Amino acid sequence: MKKIVLHGRKVVGGCTEGEALVTRDTIAGWGGIDPAKGIVIERRHELRGQSFKDKVLVFPGNKGSSGTSMAFHATRLLGTAPKALIFNDMTTKVALSSVLLRAPAMTGLDRNPLEVIKTGDWVKVDADNGIER
Amino acid sequence: MVKKTVLDGGEGLARQKAMELLVRYGEALGAERLVDTNNVCVSLTASGYSTEMPANKESDVDATLSRMYLDSDEPFEIPHVKAYTCRLIREMDPDNWEIQGISPARHEINLLTEKVCSRIGMQLMHSCTPYLLGNVPVMGEHCAWIESSAVIYCNSVLGGRTNIEGMESATAAMLVGKTPYWGYQHEENRLGTHLVEVEYQPESVMDWGLLGYYVGEIVQERVPVINGVLKAPNIARLKHHGASAASSGGVEMYHIVGFTPEAHSLEQAFGGRRPVSTLKFGKAERRKAYDNLTSARDTDVDFIMLGCPHYNLEELWNAGRLLEGRQVHSNVNLWIFTPRALKTIADQEGLTDSPKEVRTAATDSAKHAHYMPAMLGFPTWFGSQEDCIQAAITGKWRGELR
Repeated sequence: MKKIVLHGRKVVGGCTEGEALVTRDTIAGWGGIDPAKGIVIERRHELRGQSFKDKVLVFPGNKGSSGTSMAFHATRLLGTAPKALIFNDMTTKVALSSVLLRAPAMTGLDRNPLEVIKTGDWVKVDADNGIER
Repeated sequence: MVKKTVLDGGEGLARQKAMELLVRYGEALGAERLVDTNNVCVSLTASGYSTEMPANKESDVDATLSRMYLDSDEPFEIPHVKAYTCRLIREMDPDNWEIQGISPARHEINLLTEKVCSRIGMQLMHSCTPYLLGNVPVMGEHCAWIESSAVIYCNSVLGGRTNIEGMESATAAMLVGKTPYWGYQHEENRLGTHLVEVEYQPESVMDWGLLGYYVGEIVQERVPVINGVLKAPNIARLKHHGASAASSGGVEMYHIVGFTPEAHSLEQAFGGRRPVSTLKFGKAERRKAYDNLTSARDTDVDFIMLGCPHYNLEELWNAGRLLEGRQVHSNVNLWIFTPRALKTIADQEGLTDSPKEVRTAATDSAKHAHYMPAMLGFPTWFGSQEDCIQAAITGKWRGELR
């Protein structure tokens, strides 16, 4: 298996690895995910019904209500949180969600992670140094 | 220097935790510094998470709030607010909480939480529309607000400056009077990115909602500039427009050339830059937004929800005129949401009937037509206030895009 290394900016420090879950759709917290089940529930979302628990979530960013950070914070308190976050578009919602998840998070990668990383890939996220696929 | 003192615990554990959270959050954003704010909107609700923590006394609520809102592993007493702070959410109608399905235990927690909020000096507005109740930021005022529909109104219509804060970052801002100097706090980030040429003139409140819903889905988090509007909208129209754009995309700011304060002209709205793309809003785009908002098929409706964001007095007056001399159908629940302060003025009725089982809902809120099917599982019709009230009277959905 070919190894690819991507570099980007640390959002929240730390190092972990896991299976990737990739989506091209932005994710809303309040009304977009069910924190108790750890799944996406938004009506026209490509990940609807899929679980992000313990996954490395690769997504464009967050959208929607200001309840977004609360919903992601709740996933940490309820044990359904993703293991790490990799995203493209910085917003207050995704920044605060990352901080409250206390999980490694990165953005601003030198290649588009939505194209390089596929669902099911094994990804190592070292928020201080880079990402390996 | 003050920041260091607070960070070092010089003003107590609670403000230290608040400042720590703001610093972590600011670093995550890539903000260069924090900026002072004396205008915060947030909601402390101790039963906000799906796992309810027991609360028998005020200190239990303090413990829950410090964990949930200030990300602290150790509990502490929430101190008095440092910035002028409005509480936006109460979680229940204080008179009709049983009808809303709130358990007695949760009701007790809510009352205790309100005591804490009052103790620390929050303004108990209990509305998603603080700008209807006198919190009207002036041009350039730095704010830290939650609630996507309020944020977009503050930025776009009033010229106040706020990002969409989360509960936690706004709670921290409330305790230390600071927020990251990032995003819409900066002048250059407030400039338009996308040009929207209006070919179908939005007239009704519903039209303005459809325009926002259509544009939001395309521009996502960017700043649309609506050009070609001939007739001045009003509070109800812009309230619905912003809430819709913030639901389908993540729009936090828009301009309407000739009508919003940072867009006296196209040049001003874009700050001399070229739009990254141009889109149009015509009949077909209006139709597409309308069709995307309906998730119901059954024309028998039993739940009509109006007032998301909260109705203002004009909308209550309109609803009253449509209902005058008529009766809500015996199978139908009609709920109208409005700030308690305005309800007092309007002395509006309609919340007191007993609720029935809900199968199919209808609403005039694009925001709720967007969220309700996923969150509550109700197939939902979307339409005008008039279509919704007709459905409340007849129990049948007859709405359509005219």
